[in-house]
Amino acid sequence: MSNKTGSPNVINIKTGLAEMLKGGVIMDVVTAEQAKVAEDAGAVAVMALERVPSDIRKAGGVARMSPPEVIEQVMAAVSIPVMAKCRIGHFAEAQILEAMGVDFIDESEVLTPADEEYHINKHDFKVPFVCGAKDLGEACRRIGEGAALMRTKGEPGTGNIVEAVRHMRKINAQISRVTHMDESELMGYARDLGAPYEILKMVRAQGRLPVPNFAAGGVATPADAALCMQLGAETVFVGSGIFKSDNPEKFARAIVKATAHFDDPAIVLEASKELEGVAMRGTEISEIEEPMKMANRGW
Amino acid sequence: MTQQKPTIGVLALQGAVELHRPHVEACGAEFRTVKTPAQFEAVDGFILPGGESTTMLKLIERFDLWDVLAEQFAKKPVWGICAGSILMAEKVENPSQKSFGLLPITVQRNGYGRQIDSHHTLIERYEVSLIRAPVITAVDDSAEVLARHEDTPVWVKRGPYMASTFHPELTQDFPSPMHRAFVDLVAESA
Repeated sequence: MSNKTGSPNVINIKTGLAEMLKGGVIMDVVTAEQAKVAEDAGAVAVMALERVPSDIRKAGGVARMSPPEVIEQVMAAVSIPVMAKCRIGHFAEAQILEAMGVDFIDESEVLTPADEEYHINKHDFKVPFVCGAKDLGEACRRIGEGAALMRTKGEPGTGNIVEAVRHMRKINAQISRVTHMDESELMGYARDLGAPYEILKMVRAQGRLPVPNFAAGGVATPADAALCMQLGAETVFVGSGIFKSDNPEKFARAIVKATAHFDDPAIVLEASKELEGVAMRGTEISEIEEPMKMANRGW
Repeated sequence: MTQQKPTIGVLALQGAVELHRPHVEACGAEFRTVKTPAQFEAVDGFILPGGESTTMLKLIERFDLWDVLAEQFAKKPVWGICAGSILMAEKVENPSQKSFGLLPITVQRNGYGRQIDSHHTLIERYEVSLIRAPVITAVDDSAEVLARHEDTPVWVKRGPYMASTFHPELTQDFPSPMHRAFVDLVAESA
């Protein structure tokens, strides 16, 4: 089977999968049963984990790639794409995930970083990678390393959307600045952001990131999903928000519904009424001690 | 003589929707995203885009759109791509799921394997992408096979309906021969 990279005018096969996930909801799951609940609710993909971020926070210690059995059970249970997380810079974990045939790897700040200096060279892999970013410079660095999809970092496991909103707005504002900038200013801005010049040039030409941009980190309700989508996210990741709520099935279905019609308040209202339970309790960001903030991991 | 510009509606419940815009517009047709019965009524033909077929299916059912869409599809041309071709098939395997049965084909979901098996190929000298694509395992004689890849049909047509298991919309060379063929089909049917 030919697996050559396409010519320059064809969207890369890795980013192609990200394009197919647009307008959907990607849900964190820790068992095959939860994966089925997510698929039945209409998730476009699932993220197979050993623990959801809020439990990772509680457990403390070192959070690593999930045991292969957990991921394999999820892969066997559903027909939608399965993603899994590896630690920042831990290319050996990524190699294992690729060998297992997962569809997407999240080089994630939710896990304890393995390398404080370098992220994975994602060009070395055939499987696509998603990475988190807090600003445009970080997004461009990850794309330069070969990420096929970006997401906001947010503050995972908090059920608090404020950080995802901050990251989305910052990236939007910086893209807008690049788009309206004189070309002669671009190299200086690339230096200030620490962004690869060629990637920034693409951002300027397209008026957007050259790969899809999703929201993640703190989504807990249908309204949170609608907020992220209206701020320009093309899909939402929901981590602890579903299986840490009162009624995971209802929450999963309602968030899918609200995401599909994010720009129609009547439908988001309908979805909000269908929850039949309360959202995860959530954490105020200032209650989290600085070293415990996951968004600060990676650079 | 000027012909009226056909309007192509891309079902926008989930999936790769916007990538069709430049292709459709390069064919001289109007591009619209459609999600509601009123929007369905206003277009001349439908593209069922790539994405996750299970998600689309669930949203169609949850928003009570099945009957409305079936009624629309009975009178207008439809082109299903990847997930969309699954929705159009008469029979779906791996696993079996509900479908509109517009084309006499059997499709096996994720027939090439997982994402690691996704690849590019040339169809009509145009580069296309197969992404976690389904495989058409059976085609009734009444349908026409427009293209094959590795001996398997990948582009099939009967009357106003066509399906492709590959994505031409990811190629930024506008329009693709498949968009051209579909817009022609819609113009003929109008």
